[in-house]
Amino acid sequence: MLAALLVMALGAVVLGAVLGFAAVKFRVEGDPLTEKIDAILPQTQCGQCGFPGCKPYAAAMAKGEADINQCPPGGDEGIRKLADLLGREYKPLSAEHGVEKPKALAVIDEQRCIGCTLCIQACPVDAIVGAAKQMHTVIAVQCTGCELCVPVCPVDCIDMVPVAENITTWKWKYPVVAIKPVTTH
Amino acid sequence: MQLFDFNGGVTPDYHKEASTQSPIAVSPAPTFLVIPLHQSIGGTPRPLVSAGDRVLKGQRIGAADGDMSSAIHASTSGHVVAVEMRRMPHPSGLSALCVVIKADGRDEWIARQSFDYRSHTAAETRDYLRDAGVVGLGGAVFPTHLKMSPGKGDKLDTLIINGAECEPFITCDDLLMRERAEAIIQGVVILRDLLAAGRVLVGIEDNKPQAVAAMTAAVQAGGHQDMAVVAVPTRYPAGGAKQLIRVLTGIEVPHGKRSTDYGVQCFNVGTAHAIHEAINLGQPLISRIVTVAGNVAAPRNYEVLLGTSMEALLTQSQPLPDTDRLIMGGPMMGVSLPSKDVPVVKATNCILAGSKKLFPPPPPEMPCIRCGECATACPADLQPFELYWFSRAKIFGKAQEYHLFDCIECGCCSYVCPSHIPLVDYYRFAKSEIWANESEKAAADQAREQYEFRQLREAREAQEKAARLAARTAAGRAAATNALAVASDATSDATPAAAPVAKSATTPATEPAQTPSPQAALIAAALERARAQQVQPANTTNLTPEQQAEIAAIEARRAQIRAQAHPHLPPDD
Amino acid sequence: MTSYIFIVLGAVLVNNVVFVRILGLCPFMGVSKKLETAIGMGAATTFVLTMACGTSYLIDRWLLMPNQLEYLRTLSFIVTIAAIVQLTELVIQKTSPMLHQVLGIYLPLITTNCAVLGVPLLNIGMQHNLVESLLFGFGGAVGFTLAMILFAGIRERLEGADVPVHFRGTAIAMITAGLMSLAFMGFAGLDKYK
Repeated sequence: MLAALLVMALGAVVLGAVLGFAAVKFRVEGDPLTEKIDAILPQTQCGQCGFPGCKPYAAAMAKGEADINQCPPGGDEGIRKLADLLGREYKPLSAEHGVEKPKALAVIDEQRCIGCTLCIQACPVDAIVGAAKQMHTVIAVQCTGCELCVPVCPVDCIDMVPVAENITTWKWKYPVVAIKPVTTH
Repeated sequence: MQLFDFNGGVTPDYHKEASTQSPIAVSPAPTFLVIPLHQSIGGTPRPLVSAGDRVLKGQRIGAADGDMSSAIHASTSGHVVAVEMRRMPHPSGLSALCVVIKADGRDEWIARQSFDYRSHTAAETRDYLRDAGVVGLGGAVFPTHLKMSPGKGDKLDTLIINGAECEPFITCDDLLMRERAEAIIQGVVILRDLLAAGRVLVGIEDNKPQAVAAMTAAVQAGGHQDMAVVAVPTRYPAGGAKQLIRVLTGIEVPHGKRSTDYGVQCFNVGTAHAIHEAINLGQPLISRIVTVAGNVAAPRNYEVLLGTSMEALLTQSQPLPDTDRLIMGGPMMGVSLPSKDVPVVKATNCILAGSKKLFPPPPPEMPCIRCGECATACPADLQPFELYWFSRAKIFGKAQEYHLFDCIECGCCSYVCPSHIPLVDYYRFAKSEIWANESEKAAADQAREQYEFRQLREAREAQEKAARLAARTAAGRAAATNALAVASDATSDATPAAAPVAKSATTPATEPAQTPSPQAALIAAALERARAQQVQPANTTNLTPEQQAEIAAIEARRAQIRAQAHPHLPPDD
Repeated sequence: MTSYIFIVLGAVLVNNVVFVRILGLCPFMGVSKKLETAIGMGAATTFVLTMACGTSYLIDRWLLMPNQLEYLRTLSFIVTIAAIVQLTELVIQKTSPMLHQVLGIYLPLITTNCAVLGVPLLNIGMQHNLVESLLFGFGGAVGFTLAMILFAGIRERLEGADVPVHFRGTAIAMITAGLMSLAFMGFAGLDKYK
């Protein structure tokens, strides 16, 4: 009995020492998993997930503190990719974090803009240009459609305009077989 | 000359005789021309005209947007009616920005001047071709000036001129070679000189003996020893650039490489003709030869001004009453157009009228039986069945691993498939999904970069602000101490009590500076400065009692508004 | 020398851990959806299993047997395996972040892989010496990797195949695994040449 305890204790001490040493010796900074998750997220930086940006949400997911279904802009496809990467079960988008919407861009109604710079401060990707008491405008190619500028505008001059399909963004559709009614004689 | 062979390919019915019976007809200039700005691969050109402007034939109306783009010109003289969205000859039926010109019937040219490419640098010649709107006229509309670099080294081994025209029904290149062989050869000479090509091979499928004869005669008449016209075996798709290169030179351009890496470059005969017109005659690309065939009474080739309505063109060939659709391009690679009311563009090599009788609707798609016919037929040496499975299951990464993007969409696999699977439709779907994903990814990467930069900048600004504040506090503290000392000494009028108060207030500010808590010192100094400023407000001295009253009233009103607007905030917010 | 070859070959094919001994089925079904992860998991398991067989042999030979503590085998082996897995993870993370990224969360999963415990226990039962133990562990792990890779290759094809709706996912994977298991039973015939 004593021998058994001693052997197990010895094993525990030796293995613990080795692992403890290795943990110090092979310490790594940074978290590659966070980077991988971050690469899947749509980078709208909208904060709908409850975190102040995509990277913090990715870090929370990597630590297991956040669920994978909190990103409305990423949509269903994003959740599937995250489930795939993290080996978690797919679940539908959580309703409390929002709904998946078609991509839209912020457009400032320049007649109404009073030049308060509040939207410039709110934009997480510096996609709005302007100066105090001057008209502001959105750089369309840089806008992620996060809607963060909409609530801060004191005169409600920012609209979210859905992105229309044009010749260059048009996609070939998935081939479908036309179902023909069976003719009976 | 030894010819080589490419794997796969099919031999469909060619239906080329009907449209080669009569010479090229000049399609009359229509009253209204709709000229799309986006007609080639690359960025959309910027419109240079606006409604009401008068334009001349050949005048540039769209400037190339960057080097990847190509310019657009007015096809005839007249007035610009509008620059607006019009339906495009595109399978989507979507609209794009077009310049609508009302022709004045005078067909008045701009001043045309030939371009002496020998006395200009290669870069200048490329810019000239870009501004002349010359693009590949074989159907892919790739800007020609981008293909004008010789590649590795400063010379090209072989320049290939593609007159194969392998797709059924299409005969525009055939007729062009028969009727304008001299002009084509002059264009080829320019290409040869610009690319410093060692030899030129003109590849023509052997079902076009008249074109071969005409081109051979033109080469001999010009006395070009380094050019050869070669009849290649007729097999679809011998006119594919990689396939023709393989047949003529035996070089197989592998995945991810360009033909110039192997000293070969390929141009269409129509492109060579356009280069001749642009450089020797000073005429930009404003018209092209279009075959009108299929379900029409009089199939024929027309020289058409770009921007002419397809419907108007089709009417000249008298479409049969059962015509139910319009295909741009040939039956193998062409796309069905949702409307007839679209303009002829640079990519329009053929307009094919279709009917149920001529192109019966495909039988229903059956399951893949793994017969491998598609792999045998594939001229790009791909495995179409793998691409099909992965595209269908939307496993795009795997489809790319199987080189989906080497697929030239020639349609051989669909043609031979015993299960009638529209394989190319699946590839097109997969390709556009992958492109969309890539552009989304690029946008996300850019957003991440911007976001991280913003965070960095905010952190830096906060740091700089703190540093500035610290510097100012230190300077301000010193200044305040000095000022107070000076004030107490100089102004005898100041009450004797004021100086000691100032002194006593300054002393605790200076004393704790030596103690281990510098923050407390800074706060004290700031408070002291604020107090000193309050003692002497700069713009409120010597006020009349009325002004005083007015200020008091304003202050009271302000406080009231504040209390109403922010009841939860302290009044001095 | 030939006995060594037989040990390896026997462990890889004849007594394949997955298809014949039916061990380690959880990672076999769970991590075989993609070829890359299957290869990564196989590689990690190969390293861990080889090490585990050697170490467990040493522990058994020099620690447990002299003290008549054979009944502690399962317990001590599990502890050892867990420690080896942890150590491997730390070392890989430091020396090759790329490989660590590929293996991802599958590395710690090896701890709970029954094949990794089963093979050392079988190994002790077969009374191999140290070299034979290492070879047996290596062979078993290669067998596991082989099964993983073959299965992952098939599952990648299954993704794009016309599987009847009710058989999609795990159901068709189970059927496939059963068929492969039947096929591997055929290797039992190799025994005749022993």
